[in-house]
Amino acid sequence: MQFEPVIGLEVHCQLATESKLFCGCSTTFGAAANHHVCEVCLGMPGTLPVLNKKAVNFAIKLALAVGGKVREQSVFARKQYFYPDLPKGYQITQFDRPYCEGGTVQVNANYSVDLIRIHIEEDAGKNIHEREASHVDYNRAGIPLVEIVTKPVIKSAADAAAYLRSLRSLVRHIGISDGNLEEGSFRCDANVSIRPVGSMNLGTRCEIKNLNSFRNVERAITYEIERQKELISSGSKVIQQTLLFDAESGRTLPMRSKEESHDYRYFPDPDLPLLHIDTERLAAVERELPELPLAMSARFIENYGLPEHDADMLTQDRDVASYFEKSVSATDGKVPAKIVANWVIGEIVPLATEQKWNFLKPVISCNGLAALLKLIGIGTISNKIAKSVFEEMVKTGEDPQSIVNRLGLIQVSDEDAIIKVVDQILDDNPDQIAQFLAGKEKVLGFFVGQIMRASKGKMNPGLVNTILIKRLESRRG
Amino acid sequence: MTTTAAFHPYQLSASEISKLVRSGEVKLSDLAEFYLDRTRSIAPRLNSHIYFDANSVESQISVLGERVKAGEDLPMAGVPVLVKDNICTRDMPTTCASRMLKNFRPTYDAFVVERLRKAGAIIFGKTNLDEFAMGSSNENSSFGPVYNPWDLTRVPGGSSGGSAAAVAADLAPVALGSDTGGSIRQPAAFCGVYGLKPTYGAVSRYGLISYASSLDQIGTFARSVIDTAMVYDVIASHDPRDSTSRRGSSPELINSLAHLKSGLKGLRIGIVTELFGSGLDESVNSSIRDAVRVFQSMGAEIHDVSVPSLRHSVSSYYLIATAEASANLARYDGIRFGHRTTEQVNQLKEVYKYSRQEGFGREVKQRIMLGTFALSSGYYDAYYGKATQMRRQIARDFNLAFERVDVLLSPVAPTTAFKIGEKIDDPLTMYLGDICTLGVNLAGLPAMSVPCGYDHQNLPIGMQLIGRPLSEKELLTTALAYENEVGSSLKRQPAL
Repeated sequence: MQFEPVIGLEVHCQLATESKLFCGCSTTFGAAANHHVCEVCLGMPGTLPVLNKKAVNFAIKLALAVGGKVREQSVFARKQYFYPDLPKGYQITQFDRPYCEGGTVQVNANYSVDLIRIHIEEDAGKNIHEREASHVDYNRAGIPLVEIVTKPVIKSAADAAAYLRSLRSLVRHIGISDGNLEEGSFRCDANVSIRPVGSMNLGTRCEIKNLNSFRNVERAITYEIERQKELISSGSKVIQQTLLFDAESGRTLPMRSKEESHDYRYFPDPDLPLLHIDTERLAAVERELPELPLAMSARFIENYGLPEHDADMLTQDRDVASYFEKSVSATDGKVPAKIVANWVIGEIVPLATEQKWNFLKPVISCNGLAALLKLIGIGTISNKIAKSVFEEMVKTGEDPQSIVNRLGLIQVSDEDAIIKVVDQILDDNPDQIAQFLAGKEKVLGFFVGQIMRASKGKMNPGLVNTILIKRLESRRG
Repeated sequence: MTTTAAFHPYQLSASEISKLVRSGEVKLSDLAEFYLDRTRSIAPRLNSHIYFDANSVESQISVLGERVKAGEDLPMAGVPVLVKDNICTRDMPTTCASRMLKNFRPTYDAFVVERLRKAGAIIFGKTNLDEFAMGSSNENSSFGPVYNPWDLTRVPGGSSGGSAAAVAADLAPVALGSDTGGSIRQPAAFCGVYGLKPTYGAVSRYGLISYASSLDQIGTFARSVIDTAMVYDVIASHDPRDSTSRRGSSPELINSLAHLKSGLKGLRIGIVTELFGSGLDESVNSSIRDAVRVFQSMGAEIHDVSVPSLRHSVSSYYLIATAEASANLARYDGIRFGHRTTEQVNQLKEVYKYSRQEGFGREVKQRIMLGTFALSSGYYDAYYGKATQMRRQIARDFNLAFERVDVLLSPVAPTTAFKIGEKIDDPLTMYLGDICTLGVNLAGLPAMSVPCGYDHQNLPIGMQLIGRPLSEKELLTTALAYENEVGSSLKRQPAL
């Protein structure tokens, strides 16, 4: 029998507010344990939650960006269970009336994933287990999250990873989350089931938790699909359970030996009034919403004549896109946008990743890059020389013109000077001339190499080519 | 009562005390000494106090003395206030009368305590209550029952029994309580003092340890309407830390009451017919009928008014309150604060199980179980869902009634104070005794217990005045007119 996988994803995404969802504690990552806590987020008796308005605005931004339907009145509910990392014995979340329903995440021009809902909730703390004792760190307790739930419509591990990349790029782009996987501000659970191709019913699903990288999402889902196929093919059944992905072995393992069916006893939190989101508020948030990645990509293709691939690459990160646009504008139209794109994608982004730049304070400024590219444009230096100038810029922070001057890298475009060197090289290599004249055009490369070496790469490569061929032909019998 | 104090303010009102302190006519130390002596001799007989510390009082008055000297605006200068022990105080334990919080010391002051301190009041101690405010007799306290000062074999009512008994016995002129289903009004009636349960949201709940969040409200005990107004003015204010706190509560009541004209001409008073049914003591009934005639004689119009859904208030209340309580009390798990079992345990689950088993009393466990059940999957709609529907109906019925009248009048409780032990093994009868007060909490209305007489055993009787949301001013105006008219003839003191 042929099977097809059905995958639904739940993402917990931390909203990039300065304070927690229901109190004024800081959300900064990495503080010493239990340093970002107060009476409220510790659930001390007598304390009450007060909703962070900015967190709601961030959540609304996401709803607008995915075209979800925002409820005028949504409800915060208490989800009850006992666990040491849950200070109040319940989590404040949204249950039957979430603030946003529906919506679609556009992965690329041809693929999109429909959402069931998005809701706002608070994070729990973190249990730390040691050999002798367990400890709890409540710094994370009360951090604002949105949970984004897709319909079970994803058909492969690769699609799941692509969706997650798009979603992460979207939340970063609209500025509501740093989407940092290592710090846990973008966490994913995957629901995986399989069914015979053509069947309309959903199979029994397993939920995989602890997926802390996109690669592991793909690995875990791929493994899980195979595991389920084998089970069914061998006549067994898939048991509904929660699994953990073990990155080392690449396998999914049951989280609990026996599946506990929790009754969370949700009910509306009487400490919090209904969350009202009226049309004025929606409109106000919409005005702050930046151009979305897909729209921006389309505009890059249209306005800058970029190929789709380049446009997609540049618009994955709003800061990169803005860096690109500023650089193009700093070239004053003297450099084709495609060249700028090549440099941003090929040099700037890898360098930024390597050096962990903030694009708002780049080591190579947009003006610096533009100045460098303009030097190529007007023929002062070659593309190749430009790479070494670029390296020098990174090292010293000098502007490209003074690097070119200091190192004497100005491109030689004087025809007489070039002819002189070309003739010299030809004179030194009669055998290769003979080969060329016998029809071996490959030898051209040898000559170009020799000439460029002799000139330390400073000669205008276009001119060198033209002159070389002319001089070679002139030696024909 | 023997005292060596140089100053003898027995039965003095809060407003008089504040005036005397501000004018310098009385020394804070003499005032404090009087109440300290009185508390030492009487509080143990009533078991009204859970915490009382002379050192704390002395350190408070030394700071307060400076503030009085500096001429700060202190409307409650030197007024001793007792605080129900489910309201957080930074410098005193806050136990909820539970073994669970026996050694719990909050890190912060409740909003109302902050306000009282700012106004110059002295926090004189913490009063006994039914554990986590769950009860109507103050018998459910892990610190033992409170005894009614009018008859030490009887209950003071609950859950704010300690505050009511203490104010009746003048261990302080005023006290704070909390009222979730009648926990201020019923003990006020049983102890013969004024008890105000403000509109839901008029007084911040920040620092009130939650029993049932949508019903809990902090309010006052006092021996006069003016003192009630004084405390209400201080504690009623918008608080951004409580999302259910309302704007537009109208303090400055004390000034508007000072300009009260006599008479109640044009006031429409509605008699809630459902609350005068069978089970009502004849002495309570006739005492309230007398009060009605007093209102009539002062020019008020009297109407019979029906609030039909009130007959469902007991079931609705005991589902909603317990459901909320089951979640509110989940935080007492032995992990971060409160009682933790000393049993050798092997599993996390056992820490929860034993800590909660040992920390909570019987009534609290009963209500947690009931509430947990009401919210359980498969039962939610039939219990919690239905109860919230009925709650909306009760609010609608009250609204309709308030289209016809300005103030509603009823008994506070069907009987006067009953004997300790009389009902404790019969929870249903105990719950049914709350019928007169529960609807008010379900609808979020302000209501007040006003002393209006005594039965043949010299036990106090209270009537309940109920107003529209945020109509505390009308309620107090009505109560003050009544007090001015008959108060002096009703004034008796418990013989202690």
